[in-house]
Amino acid sequence: MSEVRATQTRGRTRPSGIGESVRRPDAIPKVTGAFAFSSDLRHDRMLWGGTLRSPHPSARISSIDVGPAVAVTGVHAVLTHSDVPGRATFGLEHLDQSVLAGDVVRYAGEPVAIVAADHPDTVRRALDAIQVEYEVTEPLVDPSRAETATPIHPDGNLIRRIHLRHGDPSAADREGLVTVEGTYEVGMQDQAFLGPESGLAVPAADGGVDLFIATQWLHVDRDQVADCLGMDPDLVRLTLAGVGGAFGAREDLSLHVHLCMLALYTGRPVKMVYSRHESFHGHVHRHPARMWYRHHAEPDGTLVRVEARLLLDGGAYASSSGAVIANATCFAAGPYRVPSADVDGVVVRTNNPPCGAMRGFGAVQTCMAHEAQMDRLATALDMDPIDLRLKNALAPGDRLLTGQVLTGTLPVAEVIRTCAEHPSAAVRSDEPMTRPGGAGRTADADHVVRGEALAVGFKNLMFSEGFDDSSAARCELRDGVVTITCACAEVGQGFVTLIGQITSEVLGVDEVVLAPVETTGIGSAGSTSASRQSWMSGGAVQKACEEVRAAVVARVAVTHDVPVDDLVLVEGRVESLSGSVSVDLAEATAEPLSADVVYRHAPTSPLDHDGQGDAHVSFAVSAHRAIVDVDPDLGLVRVVELTTSQDVGRVLNPVQAVGQLEGGAAQGVGLAVMEEVLVDGGRIRNASFTDYLVPTALDMPPVEIAALIEQPEPGAPFGAKGIGEPPCISSTAAVVGALRHATGLELARVPVRPADIALAEAQAGVDR
Amino acid sequence: MTIALTLDDACAALAADPTATVLAGGTDLMVQVNRGDHSIGNVVAIDRVPELRGWTREGDVLRIGAGMTYADMADPGFGALAPALGQAARTVGSPQIRATGTIGGNLATASPAGDMLPVLVALDAVVELRSSDGERHLPLDEFVVGVKANALSAGELIVAVRVPVLHGPQEFMKVGPRNAMVISVASLALVVDPFGRTVRVGLGSVAPVPLRATEAEVMIGGRIDWEGGRPPTAGDVDRFGQLVADAARPIDDHRGTAAYRRHVVGVMARRALVRAFGMVGEEAA
Amino acid sequence: MRTDPYRLTVNGRPVEVIDGHAGESLLFVLRERLGLPGSKNACEEGECGSCSVLLDGDLVCSCLVLAAAAADRDVATVEGLSDAGGEVGPLAYVQRAFVEAGAVQCGFCTPGLLMAVDALLCEEPDPDDLTVREAISGNLCRCTGYGRILEAVDRAAAMRREACS
Repeated sequence: MSEVRATQTRGRTRPSGIGESVRRPDAIPKVTGAFAFSSDLRHDRMLWGGTLRSPHPSARISSIDVGPAVAVTGVHAVLTHSDVPGRATFGLEHLDQSVLAGDVVRYAGEPVAIVAADHPDTVRRALDAIQVEYEVTEPLVDPSRAETATPIHPDGNLIRRIHLRHGDPSAADREGLVTVEGTYEVGMQDQAFLGPESGLAVPAADGGVDLFIATQWLHVDRDQVADCLGMDPDLVRLTLAGVGGAFGAREDLSLHVHLCMLALYTGRPVKMVYSRHESFHGHVHRHPARMWYRHHAEPDGTLVRVEARLLLDGGAYASSSGAVIANATCFAAGPYRVPSADVDGVVVRTNNPPCGAMRGFGAVQTCMAHEAQMDRLATALDMDPIDLRLKNALAPGDRLLTGQVLTGTLPVAEVIRTCAEHPSAAVRSDEPMTRPGGAGRTADADHVVRGEALAVGFKNLMFSEGFDDSSAARCELRDGVVTITCACAEVGQGFVTLIGQITSEVLGVDEVVLAPVETTGIGSAGSTSASRQSWMSGGAVQKACEEVRAAVVARVAVTHDVPVDDLVLVEGRVESLSGSVSVDLAEATAEPLSADVVYRHAPTSPLDHDGQGDAHVSFAVSAHRAIVDVDPDLGLVRVVELTTSQDVGRVLNPVQAVGQLEGGAAQGVGLAVMEEVLVDGGRIRNASFTDYLVPTALDMPPVEIAALIEQPEPGAPFGAKGIGEPPCISSTAAVVGALRHATGLELARVPVRPADIALAEAQAGVDR
Repeated sequence: MTIALTLDDACAALAADPTATVLAGGTDLMVQVNRGDHSIGNVVAIDRVPELRGWTREGDVLRIGAGMTYADMADPGFGALAPALGQAARTVGSPQIRATGTIGGNLATASPAGDMLPVLVALDAVVELRSSDGERHLPLDEFVVGVKANALSAGELIVAVRVPVLHGPQEFMKVGPRNAMVISVASLALVVDPFGRTVRVGLGSVAPVPLRATEAEVMIGGRIDWEGGRPPTAGDVDRFGQLVADAARPIDDHRGTAAYRRHVVGVMARRALVRAFGMVGEEAA
Repeated sequence: MRTDPYRLTVNGRPVEVIDGHAGESLLFVLRERLGLPGSKNACEEGECGSCSVLLDGDLVCSCLVLAAAAADRDVATVEGLSDAGGEVGPLAYVQRAFVEAGAVQCGFCTPGLLMAVDALLCEEPDPDDLTVREAISGNLCRCTGYGRILEAVDRAAAMRREACS
């Protein structure tokens, strides 16, 4: 193939309007194999790139000898720290991470050198030939020691602390309250997208570089890459290549700068594809958390005060840790009315693998803890756990822990009630394969106990704390054909479908051309994260279409001498309500019309010294009820059924919405019972799909959707809220709650490991 | 690259280059090759050698070709003769792995977590090896000599494995934290030989090599009512479980702790025994 | 180390691989030498099923097949699903069902799943839920939670039965 295959988003989609299960325009190329993912790209004279990574979590580099690697036949480039042409560091919030390690490595897997060669085998041999001398130093791996330990980075070991203080600090200093306390832990989860990091960089004749890459946020990548290359941003052109899932792991740079350096140095196109092992070392993970909580309530269950200490391990570099701890802190108590709170949220730097964005972004960790606390409180009060939640459910007009008054919709009680009341379809099967342990045939029917629990999750939508969050879109209407240009990264979520639906809704056309998604010629769409693109890029596309619509109508109003208000766009025609005018849209737009817009959501404020402020735009809530079967003697688990209700504002595409709810729940199940990046002494011990286990079709239960609560959100395009993250927030908490219910054990840590159940059961048996 | 079409081809190719890599299903080897941990030189592919495929029964001996895949072992006719091997085969990897992975490959890799190995050790399997110099037979415990270490000599090939056809119940169980496609954290095979009046137990993933729980076997063999068919008592079952757990020599690793492994082989042993014989008497303590 | 040239039959067409490297997997050869990147590279250790193809009719992980050792064998990939020649013709039932049921999100697992489901339905035209789940248990999907995929398998099975009756 002589040129890069066209990216799939260029193409036509035949949509219909909002609220319909319109099919994805990229589904057909995806089922035929024609869709070009970033790892599928090829180019004439292409070289292969590879990365040498530090085996040590903490070391000084005393020397690097690339000579033996350069001497390998077929090698075209071996580059190190000193070859970085521009700024040596990058980062989403802080420029604290080296493109290639200079004198220090701070995590096992940190890139040290890069190679370009004629074949992946040659790359491998060249990487093996690079001689790096390390002076190994003692790694800082315990986050609880980070604040007092010697700084491992010039920026210090404290990445961010938010000490949130809300309401009357002495609210709980009185007799007669019921108090429960607990300490909880969440392990490090991996996004485990299936398409590993990959891309193709092509040097351009103008001295610039074209980078085809799978990412969540093209423009921020572009700016960082350009800075590190010391190049004008206009000379660094990024095009979205097919993205094999993201879930937060593609918000940071990985191989971007490396690819461009190799392409510019060799003057040849360079492709790089991480192996799964490398992928585990090449992107950020979900922050492991240790959380202490104390809840105080009136005897009738009314919450009085919540205290919490949150410690997140950010790993070696900051990434988006600052925003993650903000979410964890702001939503630490869940969707409940809490008049008084003291939450100390801390994220620190260690020599563990860097952590950053993952679906749920801080709210997953605290949900597991606050929901355990609510169950514990219900037990202490001898109260039904659903009633306790309903009694304290937040509603519009209430204040959050941050003092912000809820002005939008937030149907917490409706979500809880519909989920709890939904009848279960779970049956007991006689098939041994459906018992805990599955194919291993370990359990007979009488070894299995069943448990059930409900949990509620709560999170902000979009970027918070005063961030200038925007998305740009262009709508062009020429000869009746609509072309939409927007740099929103399609990562699988289905925004490509929504573009067509929105356009169809506004302009009455049944065909939309989606322009390639790239940095050239259009502004940033912001990140495909934080459940924000339906709102932000959806809003941008809607607004651009509306401007074009207004222009068409104005033009026809003039040419046909009818009032603007009399004209509508239907099925590719401009028609007057009175019936006197009917103009083909193609004719009306022989002279093209176009509109460029930048859409912004309502501004937010930073948090103040006490973690107070109107920091968030909008919120969403979800509930899951889990039914689990447990084999307590072996500690093996099977999730039998999940039922969910979610606050969605409005459903834009029912099938895609269901896909988000089912898929997010699967990631939640994974975190509850099997998924953990095991880090020992700073090193990942299970960097493979052999040992990092994600749920298979035999692990994932049916997801019953009890209700999609549609209360249109004021200010949101079509009233729709983002729906991507909530499904993986409350699902983990519900599953672990059901495991507690089934076993009677405390299970204060996720993922729940078989030994956590089996050995606790064995111990309890001895004690009995 | 030699693609052998007969056993003699394969042996000749290996005789010509005893350092050549033998390729059967590829499900272990290619993982290493893809990782860059194994550099492919000369290869002798044996997956098209008809003599290595399938199984034959000679009296009460079942001879299983080394090239028999896990999917082949799902055959009900085969499962009737070696039920625990059939059960174990179904727990290996995914359908894709079972379509290509072979019992010979499981032996050659000799991983402590190899799913066939606890069954084979319980069955007192004998491994048939062939080279251009001739043939030799090794009992399983002499063939698997350590973690991923076997007794194959240079130029030698696993041709088949022989197990007895027993006429009693057999059970295979495997513990892993996922309901499918999981490497064993601990596994157990229990086979009953009603004529020899023995209960034999093989353990996987709890030692460098597959283990037998000899003490437990002797104890329970003496407690079974072989004539009358009365099931063992709850006390016997418990004692058996304890002795099996005691036989394990597990370690802590990223897949599980030693304590957990020891615990679960005891649980599996009790359950397997009850599945095989039933249980009478007082409740388990 | 280079291999001698060898032939494969891919989606019914004979192809020759010249100048291959010794350790190349069938997945690599399909993707990088034969211009068939439909089979995907998600783990390259046989744990995800994204690279699933049919090799002489058996569903296998092409990442675990040494390409040169597959010489002269028949390989069927996602590119050949819709018609035996590998051209994109009308969609096969499984492909249509995946599109219609919303079983495709990021799509990286899709080609491997299509091969697994197609192989299943050829063997068992009317599988029950557990049979389907076991048959696709070697194909990881990270986006869908499998719900829409199971729905697609039902639809594909129904379409096939209807077409045959």
